[in-house]
Amino acid sequence: MSTVHSSYPIASAPSSALVAIEDLRVAFAADAGAVTVVDGLSLTIERGETLAVVGESGSGKSVTALALLRLLPQPSGRIIGGRIRFEGVDLATIAEKAVRRVRGIDIGMIFQEPMSSLNPVVSVGEQIAERLRVHAGLGRRAAFARAVEWLDRVRIPEPARRAISFPHQLSGGMRQRVMIAIALACGPKLLIADEPTTALDVTIQAQILELLRQLRAELGMAILFITHDLGVVAEFADRVVVMYAGRAVEEAPVQPLFAAPRMPYTQALLRSIPRVNRAAATRERLVAIRGNMPDLRDLPAGCSFHPRCTASRAGCAMAVPAYEQIGTGHHVRCSRWRELTVVGAG
Amino acid sequence: MSVGGEHVPLLDVRHLRQEFPVGRRGFGRAAKTVKAVDDVSLTIRAGEVVGLVGESGSGKTSLGRAILRLIEPTSGQVFFDGIDITRLPARAMRGLRKHMQIVFQDPYASLNPRMTVGAILAQALNLHGLAPGAEREPRIIDLLQRVGLSAAQMRRYPHEFSGGQRQRIGIARALAVRPRLLVADEPVSALDVSIQAQVLNVLQDLQRELGLALLFIAHDLGVVEYLSDRVIVLYLGRIMEVAPARDLYANPRHPYTQALLAAIPQPDPSRRGRPAPLQGDQPSPLAPPSGCVFRTRCPIATAECAVVVPPLERHAPEHYKACIRQ
Repeated sequence: MSTVHSSYPIASAPSSALVAIEDLRVAFAADAGAVTVVDGLSLTIERGETLAVVGESGSGKSVTALALLRLLPQPSGRIIGGRIRFEGVDLATIAEKAVRRVRGIDIGMIFQEPMSSLNPVVSVGEQIAERLRVHAGLGRRAAFARAVEWLDRVRIPEPARRAISFPHQLSGGMRQRVMIAIALACGPKLLIADEPTTALDVTIQAQILELLRQLRAELGMAILFITHDLGVVAEFADRVVVMYAGRAVEEAPVQPLFAAPRMPYTQALLRSIPRVNRAAATRERLVAIRGNMPDLRDLPAGCSFHPRCTASRAGCAMAVPAYEQIGTGHHVRCSRWRELTVVGAG
Repeated sequence: MSVGGEHVPLLDVRHLRQEFPVGRRGFGRAAKTVKAVDDVSLTIRAGEVVGLVGESGSGKTSLGRAILRLIEPTSGQVFFDGIDITRLPARAMRGLRKHMQIVFQDPYASLNPRMTVGAILAQALNLHGLAPGAEREPRIIDLLQRVGLSAAQMRRYPHEFSGGQRQRIGIARALAVRPRLLVADEPVSALDVSIQAQVLNVLQDLQRELGLALLFIAHDLGVVEYLSDRVIVLYLGRIMEVAPARDLYANPRHPYTQALLAAIPQPDPSRRGRPAPLQGDQPSPLAPPSGCVFRTRCPIATAECAVVVPPLERHAPEHYKACIRQ
């Protein structure tokens, strides 16, 4: 069955997992050869579970989602190693036609900018109905009736009237609700949500997160939630993988990740978020992470984070630290984790 | 009504309106207008940091630009150091410009890609006849160092810098002419989280060192709280609440401010599952609700709220709210 490999020695995927990514490597063709943008990523998503993948630009979080869907930009993006098992089937190697079926039925997806995924000249009801006709085999009339039901399910008022609206006639929040309806219409086992609330106002973001929470409880699908926002992660995820420069650097259930993060990068990220009702009371300074995101074409030797890490030692530049299990479901990629004090979000 | 200082403020905005025509005027059909800013009055004292918070469509960017007269206000007055700049001829306005600078959201679009960073800063100095001849290079180096960059980097081009560095270059350019007022329009919104704190810290240090008045525009109450002395909350072109930062966050009086605060995702899993504080979408700015513009989403609105435009009333010293229900 699944092979055990060096970068992830502890958890070989349990066979029950809905998704088991093993040692995934993704590269993009560039002027001077290939750039590895995801380097040896392993993760699992259980049925009904919400896994958040958190990272900043260049972390590889969105590329991981695209690789899972086999939607890497062509011809430059390529899976150069590893497996992406979905219900045991390796999506990295199966035929394009089979992947399309999986994308249509088993995996739904929503992105940051719904406008770029919706067809501007087709009514939103018709766009949901099309999904149902193509992938669930419904007739035209039945599919449209079901589409109206879905608009109601994603809490769009006056769904029958809204079904004949075009995307530009809807607000950003409404468009994201339509995208959610399209993604969930065929009853997927997995929803991939890539920064679904990033472009929205904060009051609308709260509505969309609430809706996704309700639909998750009703439908029981697993969610791969990709975001840069640790606040949203805390609100929504069961488990969290933190990525930095193409590698997973920490993974834990959501409670311990926020209460006792062990990777200095995770700790620093948590401290750099302005917390409401903190600053005014104490006038505390934000803890900035020094330096910049590394260039993936020219990654620092050893731990990619070490040039920006306040806890780094000479040894940190020697080798990429192992991804060690340090607690139940808690992994960290830092050779100094034992010596460092725990700084939580507290 | 003016809100704020007892002394003569550096900036005094009175009943500012900013309208934009929308769509085409047809036969027998008047052009519609959007009231992006609707009767806003505010003051900023010398050296004070005022946060201006609102969601998209609140008019915060239009207000920032109208204050600097980068766009011409429809009506109202903007006094800078006692001078009404809305009536000022172009030549006199140019003389005042060096006292009022702006930093934009997008650090990629706001720097000329074909000029070195040194040339960009030199241009800003030139424009206002500052630091001529031998004074120029030391001045540029000093500016770069103040924003955490090095002298050697003045010969580089914008594309050689990261987003956070570019935003610091934008700040250096704005401060090159030693302004007394800086408008920062979402200066960290386009940056990665780990970089935002760097830029905010630079901005805060410089504001304190130079005694700048700062109007910090953001959609995010979290970022604003960290920098601001006072905070203004805007919704559909109108001020909902103004208060000292501490007071606003600890004791918000307007239901919209309360909702904005409640909607911020907290990095604390034990607080998850709170219901969304507001239902529905913001109404179109083309057809704002009568009375209180927030009433269609307000959890405590009554019939009276559709009739009365709530005045901005004093609730506590320097704390004002536009709500007849609270």
